Amino acid sequence: MIQVKGLIKNYNEVEAVKSIDFTINHGEVVGFLGANGAGKSTTLKILTGYLSPTAGEVLIEGLNIENHSHELKKIVGYLPESNPLYSEMYVYDLLKFIANTHNMNEDDFKESLDRVISQCGLSGVMHKTVQECSKGYKQRVGLACAMIHNPKILILDEPVTGLDPNQIIEIRQLIRNLGKEKLVLMSSHILQEIEATVDRIIIIDKGKIVADGTTKKLMNKFMGSIRLTAEVVGMTEAKLEKFKVNFKKIKVTKLKNSHKVTMQYNKNDDPRENIFNFVVKNKMTLLEMSTKTDNLEDIFRKLTH
Amino acid sequence: MNNIINTFKKEFSSYFTSPMAYIFLVVFGLVNGYFFSNTFFLIGQSDLRSLFNIIPMVYLFFIPAITMGLIAKEKNLGTMEIICTLPIKEHEFVIGKYLAALALILIGLIFTIVHFFTLVSFGTNIDYGALFTGYLGLFFAGAVYAAIGTFSSSLFDNQVVAFIIGVFIVLMFFLFDKLLIFVPSFMAGTIQYMSVDYHMSNMSRGVIDTRNIIYFVSVVGIFLFATVQSLSSRKWK
Repeated sequence: MIQVKGLIKNYNEVEAVKSIDFTINHGEVVGFLGANGAGKSTTLKILTGYLSPTAGEVLIEGLNIENHSHELKKIVGYLPESNPLYSEMYVYDLLKFIANTHNMNEDDFKESLDRVISQCGLSGVMHKTVQECSKGYKQRVGLACAMIHNPKILILDEPVTGLDPNQIIEIRQLIRNLGKEKLVLMSSHILQEIEATVDRIIIIDKGKIVADGTTKKLMNKFMGSIRLTAEVVGMTEAKLEKFKVNFKKIKVTKLKNSHKVTMQYNKNDDPRENIFNFVVKNKMTLLEMSTKTDNLEDIFRKLTH
Repeated sequence: MNNIINTFKKEFSSYFTSPMAYIFLVVFGLVNGYFFSNTFFLIGQSDLRSLFNIIPMVYLFFIPAITMGLIAKEKNLGTMEIICTLPIKEHEFVIGKYLAALALILIGLIFTIVHFFTLVSFGTNIDYGALFTGYLGLFFAGAVYAAIGTFSSSLFDNQVVAFIIGVFIVLMFFLFDKLLIFVPSFMAGTIQYMSVDYHMSNMSRGVIDTRNIIYFVSVVGIFLFATVQSLSSRKWK
């Protein structure tokens, strides 16, 4: 379990993280969302013990990261945003080096190596140096480094950067599987990625948490009005006036052979049936009627703009 | 200890996966060989004094060159972030890196033993004790300069800057006892004691004095401690 209490991080005069709190339990896959400079990577760096907080505390499995950094690093796997790797090392040697820092014996290493090769699809690059790997494979090697010691907690900063669509689907599936038994906290700029992979989303903006909950909960809470668009044929001036009386706040645009009607409504106040009946009753023809609701991207923009 | 060995192995092998170690060893051997053989047959003395005089000067540039990337490169590439989130303590990492640089210097010194065999072939009345302590002095001087270079590398993420500052500090420790005429007399003893060359010249005369050993070990300890502190300070930036 990760508990973050009143976490503050200042870089000289700049307040990168301004008193944030959240708790993540095992078996949760949590997405950490935020614009560039929102404090996302700084928070993850504090969680991994790379940086110290200015104030507040981080408890991992009930232990303070500041006082038990060495023990906690053994149970946390971390993939940094830029995925820095020793480019001149062979992939096997790099994984061996990481495993040795975790005091893994030869048998455990072989077992773990087989596991990460299979999970990350590394069988074709074990005999290559890191610099010989493609960007996608480098990302997989970084992920394998974070997972070689089978950590209870995985912190992944932008894990799908540089991967092609097929690889993204594979890694997404891998993260979801890992999330069944581990705590996974991942950040990403790709909102569809977050939406498809995680159970819960934490949105951070200018160092503060502005939303925290499941995707469904956030959609319900922050979803604005629904935008409706209808295309109607046979609209006369008189019918248009009548239309405006029956349906408030509509906007009508004249097209070549029809009229485009747009309006916004709340989800509890659905006018579609009334619009359909009105059009039929007034002997007009409804060519098309569609609605558009806020997606995660709209909510993200709304909360972080 | 495991992490020191692990870091040492990784760093030492990385010297040989890049041209660094080969360039260092070849050029170190050639430069020392040239200056040694240039005067050896002219002076006609059965010792390696000319070698013991030239190696400290070659050290001034070569050691900062092999240590400049130890930590600066990790900072520059961002791999420091990986290291700092692994269960490796800062001092284990620093010592492992330092020992790798020291091992390379030691190999460079071992290569110069060819001159010892030249001496044995042509010389008479060879003072083997003085040769041994001379080499010991060179090793200790290399150890001090490597510690300085490691410290300099920890201060920057640019290897060139780390090299320049490394050369500057190493030069200071080399020159201390050569600048005594510019120093007030009451400070002369202290300044002289701080000089690497002063302690090394004692050893090359065949004297092993515990004061010299304490000096070398202390300076190495101080610079490695400062390196660890420099690395730890990242957390509070």
